[in-house]
Amino acid sequence: MSEKVLMKGNEALAEAAIMAGCRHYFGYPITPQTEVAAYMAKKMPKIGGTFLQAESEIAAINMVIGAAASGVRAMTSSSSPGISLKSEGISYLAGCELPALIVNVQRGGPGLGGIQPSQSDYFQAIKGGGHGDYHLIVLAPASVQEMFDMAFKGFNLSEKYRVPAMILADGTMGQMMEPVSLDANEVEHYDKPWATVGTGKHEGRNIINSLSLSPKQLEDWNIARFARYKKIEENEVMYEEYMTEDAEIVIVAFGIAARVSKNAVKEARRRGIKAGMLRPITLWPFPKKALNALADKAKAFLSVELNMGQMADDVKLAVNCKKPVYFYGRTGGVIMTPEEVLDEIEKIEKGEAEQW
Amino acid sequence: MVVFEKTKGLTDTPLHYCPGCTHGIIHRLVAESLAELGVLDKTVGVASVGCSVFSYNYFNCDMIQAAHGRAPAVATGAKRANPDNIVFTYQGDGDLAAIGTAETVHAAARNENITVIFVNNAIYGMTGGQMAPTTLPNQVTQTSPYGRDVTVVGYPVKVCEMLSQVTGASYLERVAVNNVKNIRNAKRAIKKAFTNQIEGKGFSLIEVLSTCPTNWGLSPAEAIKWLDDNMEKYYPLGVYKDKYEEGK
Repeated sequence: MSEKVLMKGNEALAEAAIMAGCRHYFGYPITPQTEVAAYMAKKMPKIGGTFLQAESEIAAINMVIGAAASGVRAMTSSSSPGISLKSEGISYLAGCELPALIVNVQRGGPGLGGIQPSQSDYFQAIKGGGHGDYHLIVLAPASVQEMFDMAFKGFNLSEKYRVPAMILADGTMGQMMEPVSLDANEVEHYDKPWATVGTGKHEGRNIINSLSLSPKQLEDWNIARFARYKKIEENEVMYEEYMTEDAEIVIVAFGIAARVSKNAVKEARRRGIKAGMLRPITLWPFPKKALNALADKAKAFLSVELNMGQMADDVKLAVNCKKPVYFYGRTGGVIMTPEEVLDEIEKIEKGEAEQW
Repeated sequence: MVVFEKTKGLTDTPLHYCPGCTHGIIHRLVAESLAELGVLDKTVGVASVGCSVFSYNYFNCDMIQAAHGRAPAVATGAKRANPDNIVFTYQGDGDLAAIGTAETVHAAARNENITVIFVNNAIYGMTGGQMAPTTLPNQVTQTSPYGRDVTVVGYPVKVCEMLSQVTGASYLERVAVNNVKNIRNAKRAIKKAFTNQIEGKGFSLIEVLSTCPTNWGLSPAEAIKWLDDNMEKYYPLGVYKDKYEEGK
């Protein structure tokens, strides 16, 4: 392993995307992700790549569509309000079955909201965002190192399945500096016989399209795509378990909320409460089976999020009423402290908490 | 001796356009230009939303179907990915001059090396004849049933005139396909727009005045006359910008 360097999450992610072979970045400034664009603006011209600051988030995602259709590794990044604008294009990416990487360094909402960290776009990332029947592969980094590693993972998975991938980070992950190893991860290569590169380079005509006025054909397309989603759910679920072997109260948290919660678990253990944590690394596919299995031995689950309770619904579905599910969250850009999470654990332990 | 044959630039798929609609002529001019320039096998077309949404079935090259108004952005991505490809968009007036105004203006501002075919028939055809950004003053449509009232909804957008103020844009010309002379001129302009791209001259947009007999409520012959009498007056034909000619 090479020496570690101190880097901002946004910059580590941008560097990783370049190392993963991305030479086409289209973006638009918005706090707290602008460092990704700034990094790309600096690097891309030096390596023959394209950095283009679009006229809007909408244009940026559509440039990604054009580049992805043309067979290159393309990406965009933004923050919550910008992702809302990109949602139309993300739906088209999904419908056109194009691989691409979208980064959301979340800030508080709704509306213009604030610029402090948030996880309130969970529903948007997991349950849709854009229109139609589709999923994104959603990765949730909890360290600067994971911001780096997930850029590789995002491109690899996206191209493997022809499904757009999203890195659902939060302002903390984007802005904080941590030591990071810049060793390249594996870069997988997949043929793209479908790419619109001109008929001189392939048999027949390639058409990238999401339109069908035949309900049966559109249904068939969706069913075929969902067969691929099923494979992703079977093969690509990632999560980390922390002290869950004998845990009675299992926290479920991702991103910065997981970092905070880990401290709460340690302190709870010190106080004699058997706490543990499951940290989803992929939010879609969601670690349903792992949670359901934990529900056979744990007594309760606590979803800790930087929002008013979004992933908690999925935790509840995964646990499937085997055990009670609780929620603790802060919103609007406020980050909870380990003490707050610990208080919640103690309330659950004493039977004083209200179920989700 | 072969006097006339179907261009290789079009597939054999029957066109879905209404009788008398001039989209078919414009498709042919685009397809002929690409075939004659010998670039069909490296061309990527971008279809838009509206009547021409199915153009991906007709142009005999690789095609991408874009969201409403976003074709210039999609074309930008495609061209930046593979600069050796010839990339064009084929867009209607609702697509280009209303919902896609920002994408149009900024592709021009960047002098993006793409070709834009802009079909202006002063109405939303696909959705059944609503007011377009280019609907003429007092023109009756489904959503301007008493005629376009400019005191309420403002004036039509003159795209070539507007873009002629954009420093980046290279070549802007308005043509029409209402008679043989104009069709021949339209072909020359479209071919020049593609030639510009081959030569790396940047953003070219050809606005083509077109008819919509169905939604105008006119016969094909009356529609052609309506274009002569009304559209050409409001939207004068001609070259609005040609950076390279100006430089000579």
